[in-house]
Amino acid sequence: MPNPRTAPESPAAGTRPAGSAHFRAYRLALPPVSGVLRPRLVGLSVLLAAGTFVVFCWGLTTGDYPIGFTEAVRALVGSGDPGTVLVVEELRLPRALVGLLAGIAFGVSGALFQTMTRNPLASPDMIGLTQGAGTAVVAGIVLGWDGGLGTQALGLLGALVTALTVYALAWRRGTTGYRIILVGIGVAWICTSATDYLVARGGRFQAQAALGWLVGNLNGRTWGQVGPLALALAVLLPAALLLGRLLRTLQLGDDVATGLGTRVQPVRLAILLTGVGLIAFATASAGPVAFVALAAPQIAQRLAGTAWPPTVASGLTGALVVLGGDLIARTLVPGTELPVGIVTGVLGAPVLLWLLVRANRAGSGG
Amino acid sequence: MSADPLSTGRAPDGSVSTAPAPASGPVLDPAPRPDPDLRARGLRLAYDKRVVVDGLDLAVPPGRITAIVGANACGKSTLLRALARLLAPEEGAVHLDGRALQSIPSRELAQRLGILPQSPVAPEGLTVVDLVNRGRSPHQTWWRQWSKADERAVHRALAATNMTDLADRPVDELSGGQRQRAWIAMAVAQGTPVLLLDEPTTYLDLAHQIDVLDLVTDLNRRENRTVVMVLHDLNQACRYADHVVAMKSGRIVAEGSPAEVITAETVEDVFDLACRITMDPVSHTPLVIPMGRHHGAPALEPAD
Repeated sequence: MPNPRTAPESPAAGTRPAGSAHFRAYRLALPPVSGVLRPRLVGLSVLLAAGTFVVFCWGLTTGDYPIGFTEAVRALVGSGDPGTVLVVEELRLPRALVGLLAGIAFGVSGALFQTMTRNPLASPDMIGLTQGAGTAVVAGIVLGWDGGLGTQALGLLGALVTALTVYALAWRRGTTGYRIILVGIGVAWICTSATDYLVARGGRFQAQAALGWLVGNLNGRTWGQVGPLALALAVLLPAALLLGRLLRTLQLGDDVATGLGTRVQPVRLAILLTGVGLIAFATASAGPVAFVALAAPQIAQRLAGTAWPPTVASGLTGALVVLGGDLIARTLVPGTELPVGIVTGVLGAPVLLWLLVRANRAGSGG
Repeated sequence: MSADPLSTGRAPDGSVSTAPAPASGPVLDPAPRPDPDLRARGLRLAYDKRVVVDGLDLAVPPGRITAIVGANACGKSTLLRALARLLAPEEGAVHLDGRALQSIPSRELAQRLGILPQSPVAPEGLTVVDLVNRGRSPHQTWWRQWSKADERAVHRALAATNMTDLADRPVDELSGGQRQRAWIAMAVAQGTPVLLLDEPTTYLDLAHQIDVLDLVTDLNRRENRTVVMVLHDLNQACRYADHVVAMKSGRIVAEGSPAEVITAETVEDVFDLACRITMDPVSHTPLVIPMGRHHGAPALEPAD
C-alpha cells in the first residue's frame, strides 16, 4: 500500500449517489478510525469559536479603565503595560472566563437534556433544575453559608436533588418527554416559591445579594469561582462528548435504541448526571442566566441544519450568547451595569414563544 | 425488486442507475450466519402485575417468515417485545442460539437480532441516510463510526428498500409508506439474521401495505433473514408468512402453515368471528371472508 494512512477507497465516499450533500466520510487505515464530517456543522463551529473569541476579548476591553483590543489580547498572555495586565488578568479575565465556561455548560447541558427527552422544551431551566439550584444557593446566602465553594456545592446539591425528584416523580415504567416537562414545571414553581419565601425572610443585605445572584450576574466574579467551574467542565465536557454517540440512538425512542444495543436506562442516568453537573456548576458560578440552556441548542441546531442539537456547537452558542449578553448588559445603559440574565431573558423569551408555537403546530412534543 | 408506485422514474438528476442492485456486487451477505435458533420456553409476561402471556412455548422456524396473529390485546405484541428483549419475562426465557437473551450483552444481541417497533417516530429533520446509518450503531465504536462495511451496508439497505433516491430527504417529510421503508432500511442495515417487525403495515394504505410486505419477502428470500412479524390482516398473514401463530388471551391457539392454521373454526375461536374460508386466487393461500350480521344472503347460498 503506497500510503498506509488513508484507505485507498476513501475518495469513493464522495461519489456515493446519496448522502454526500450533508456529510463526507473520513477514514484512516491505521489506526482504524472513521466517521462522518458534516461540512456545515464544522464550518459553523469554527465560526462560533471565532465569534466567541472576539466577544471574549471585546469584553476584556470594556470597563472603567478602557483598554484597546490588541492590548487586551496581549495582556492575556501577560505582555504589555503591568497595570493593563493587572486589570485584565485580575479583574476582567475571571468575569470573562466565568461567562465563557458557564455559557458552554448551559449550552451543552441544554443539548443533552433536549436530545434525551426528545423535546426542545425539556431544558434545565424549564424543568426546575436551575430553580432548584437557585433555592439552594439563596438558602445558603440567607441562612449564612455564602462563599465561593459553598455556593458551588449548594448549587450542585440543589440541582441534583431537584433532578432526582423530577425524574422519580415522572417515572412510570420509563419516562417520556412530556411527563418530565409537566412534573418539571411543577417542581420549578415549588422551588421558585421557596426561593421567594427565603428572600422575603432574609435581611435587607442578604435579600439584595440573593436577588443580584438570582437574575444571573457576571459582575464581580473572581478566580475563586473560575477554578471549580473549570474543573467541573474538564470532567463533564468529555463525558458529554462521549455520550453524544449514544444520544443518536436514544433519539429514536427507547425501543429502537434498545434494539440497536443501547442500554437505555444506564445511558439516560449518565446523561442526566452529566447535564445536571454542568448546569449546577454553571448556575452556581454565574447565577441562573435565563433561557441560555433552552435557546442555545435550538439556535445551534437550526444553524447547523441537523436533526439534533449538536453538542459542541450548542456549547459555543451558549458561550457566545452569555458573553454577548454580558457585553450588551454592560454597554447598553451608560454608567450602569445590568445583570446579564436580564438581557438573555429579554432575548430568550421570543425564542421560547417561537418554540412553543412550532411544537404545537408540528404536534411533535413527546 | 417490488414494483414501487412511488419512486419509479423519480430521479431528479437522472442518476438512478448508479444505485447498485442488491443482488449484484461482492457476495458479502449481511446475514452470513446459518439458521438462527430463536425459541421461547415457559414464557410468562406481565406489565406490572397484569399477566398478559402465560406458559407460552414457541420455536421460530429459521429462515422463514412467521406471522403472529390474534385479536387486540391478545398478547402478540407483548410476545414480540419479549422475543426482542424489550420486556423481561417474569418466568421462562427466550433463547437465541442456545443462550438466554438476558445473558447476551446488548451490543452482541443487537448484531444478531433487530426489532422495528410499531410506528416509530424519527426526530424532525432527520434524513433517511442518517436514520439508516444509525442502524449500524451496534457495529460501530466511538472511534470507528463510518467504516467501509458500514457504508456498504447502508448503501445495500437503501438499495434493497428502494430508498436510494430519497436518501437525503428528511424522514418526516416522506409519505407513510416511504417512511416505513426508511425504518425497515435502518433495520436492514443493522444486518441481523433475525428481524422482528411489530405491525409493519399499520397506518399504511393498501398499496403501501403490499409494498412493505413484498419488501419483507425480498429480505427473507434474498438475504435469508428469519422474520417474525405481528400482523393484523389475516389474509396478508396467509399470503406472506410461511408459518402462522394464532394467539388468544396470551396463549398460542394454533400454529403451522397458513392452510393448517387459518380455518373457519380457528378464526371463530381466536377472533370470535364467523367466517368462510376460500382460496386466494393469486397466491393460493387461505382467504378469510368474514360473515358479519347484516350481509349474509342464506337464500342464495348453494347447498353444501
